[in-house]
Amino acid sequence: MAIAGESFKSRASSALSDASLQTSIAGLKSGFVAARARAVAALPEFEAMRDAGAAIKDHTLAHLDVYLERYEREVVRQGGKVHWARDAEEARRIIREICAAAGARTVVKGKSMVSEEIDLNAALEADGLEVVESDAGEYIVQLAGEAPSHIVMPTIHKTTDDVADLFEDRHRAYGFMDRAKSAAELIGQVRTILREKYFAADVGITGANFLVAETGSNIIVTNEGNGDLTSTLARVHIVTAGIEKVVPTLNDASVLLRLLARSALGMEVTSYMTLSTGPRRADDLDGPEEYHVVLIDNGRTEMLGGAFQSMLRCIRCGACMNHCPVYLSVGGHSYGWVYPGPMGAVLTPMIAGHEKAKELPHACTLNGRCQQVCPVKIPLPDLLRRLRHQQWEQGFIDATTRWGISAWAWLAQRPKLYRAATGLAIPVLAWLGRSSGRFRSLPLASGWTAGRDMPAPQGETFHAQWARRARQK
Amino acid sequence: MTGDRASQTNSTQPRVGLFVTCLVDLFRPGIGFACVKLLEDAGCAVEVPAAQVCCGQPAFNSGDTDATRRIARQTIEAFAGYDYVVGPSGSCMATISKDYPEILKDDSEWSERARALAGRSYELMAFLTDVLEVSPPETSFEGRATYHDSCSGLRSLGIKQQPRTLLSGVKGLTLTEMQDAEVCCGFGGTFCVKYPEISVKMVSDKIGNIDASGADTLLGGDLGCLLNIAGRLKRLGKDVRVLHTAEVLAGMADRPGIGDGDRD
Repeated sequence: MAIAGESFKSRASSALSDASLQTSIAGLKSGFVAARARAVAALPEFEAMRDAGAAIKDHTLAHLDVYLERYEREVVRQGGKVHWARDAEEARRIIREICAAAGARTVVKGKSMVSEEIDLNAALEADGLEVVESDAGEYIVQLAGEAPSHIVMPTIHKTTDDVADLFEDRHRAYGFMDRAKSAAELIGQVRTILREKYFAADVGITGANFLVAETGSNIIVTNEGNGDLTSTLARVHIVTAGIEKVVPTLNDASVLLRLLARSALGMEVTSYMTLSTGPRRADDLDGPEEYHVVLIDNGRTEMLGGAFQSMLRCIRCGACMNHCPVYLSVGGHSYGWVYPGPMGAVLTPMIAGHEKAKELPHACTLNGRCQQVCPVKIPLPDLLRRLRHQQWEQGFIDATTRWGISAWAWLAQRPKLYRAATGLAIPVLAWLGRSSGRFRSLPLASGWTAGRDMPAPQGETFHAQWARRARQK
Repeated sequence: MTGDRASQTNSTQPRVGLFVTCLVDLFRPGIGFACVKLLEDAGCAVEVPAAQVCCGQPAFNSGDTDATRRIARQTIEAFAGYDYVVGPSGSCMATISKDYPEILKDDSEWSERARALAGRSYELMAFLTDVLEVSPPETSFEGRATYHDSCSGLRSLGIKQQPRTLLSGVKGLTLTEMQDAEVCCGFGGTFCVKYPEISVKMVSDKIGNIDASGADTLLGGDLGCLLNIAGRLKRLGKDVRVLHTAEVLAGMADRPGIGDGDRD
């Protein structure tokens, strides 16, 4: 998916005045936050599990080469093939070649954020393939020609009415002539349409929640069962995964799965958990003839061994955005790319570069709620601040901010001068504001006063009063 | 040293250097004097080092780590020699106690001093409760208040129960918890002017929760948040008083609230 051109600020502004969007994300705020809290409260060892989860990921990342090679050996032993992609372009080429070699005409896809990251659908469609998303949410955004706005709930920006409108328009082709009257009816339409697509598909492409090194298995979790059908019914199964998805053992995966379901949806376990290990064996009743895994780097090794390595712990649960007051105000599309919210504000500049996402690290109040709920304890606010520091060092900070901060810092290092200046200015402001106690507007403060009054100073500065008090003693 | 009142102290009193914070100095000096009263009532000798300005957070959060280091060294120097450093802000005190040691950890001359200062630095409510173990002060305040948990104090320093414990002793005060008391008010330092529309949306959500709680007073422990919330409340014409917890605890709330004037 290409990075949106216009600024975060202007996208956010549109989102704030989009009543339908505001209604949709309000549900996220109340529903999923409460559900997660209940699930966590019901599991006394949740905190210990967060530590264990972070430790598993840290250990794996410290020996990533070892575990990836072990994983590859096991996949090959099971009859599958592993492909290594340095970047998005290479990943797309590998997948297109697999599809071409299989003589594929139709592709069904399970939910895969990394496939969004490498902009896979457009590339396959350009080759003349029909590509159908099988996760209901992904199906809806694909039909609408939109991008997902949440990594777990792609259509969280849409109301049921929005979807009913969309289906009324687009599902006539499938014989659904009347507008659906309920969410169940909408899902029924998707189910009927997808059923045929699964059987017709030549290639099934899924993502990966965890790649298990000891068995060569891929684990995906869904609540719709579409992952099972996508990975077993087509002749060819392609797994797309970032290289950080590998974990050493099934036991390790089970710790992370327990964290994932609770953090993402407040569930103890997802409805479906699908393990796929290689192609169909001689005595298997179903399964693909070919099994491919495309391991995608796309900037991840750059993050290894440095200040941002902890970001590679991320298990894509979405808890950080569900708890982010900025995400909950402006929605996922404001972030302009595949990954929104706090994790996206770190990952997007890391993968796509500061120049394409320089606003994102600043679109955060550093309130820390994301870190508090992160199942693998990624210090997101700290990483965002580090990105700001990189931008400062590399000249990505705009001149006004840079000048303002530098001037203020210069003054802050001269207490006597600072005291003299504030000692003069503050009493004047206090006198001007004494009657109402506030200002409706102030020169150079329109950012504040557009939506808020500026409280007036109470009187002289504390230090001026304290110095006088000391002199009088 | 300005205001050095060491001559009045006796050797058993803890010597506390008050970190006033730049916002309290400029906008609400009354909070500073409330701190002095609470600390002196608790038996401390309070001094106010003159060479303090700001903790450096605006520079730190904007990415200018070098300037932050220079300001940190100045603050460390100003507060050397006190038994404790105490300030009426979880945000500033978290910068001193969590961030200074981190940004100076590779500085052979300053890393130890940064760690030492961090170990002696406390937010006011935490200091009164956890270190001095004072009883809730006997004072009175007529009102139905709700408390906003400021993010840095809550998540970096674990300040949650301390202000509530201290406020529980205030006669006439009813404390009603609001929904999402722990959710950011949208201040975020420079965030509130860089992204005013988002900031105003967040503070409006906060005000919705204040309204729903039925409170006539909003209390908190960080002036940045309080200026933001008061600024929006007043813009909306809401009749809610905004005060720092220290002002209520010190019995110094008999003056216009934040953003209120003589005629309110």
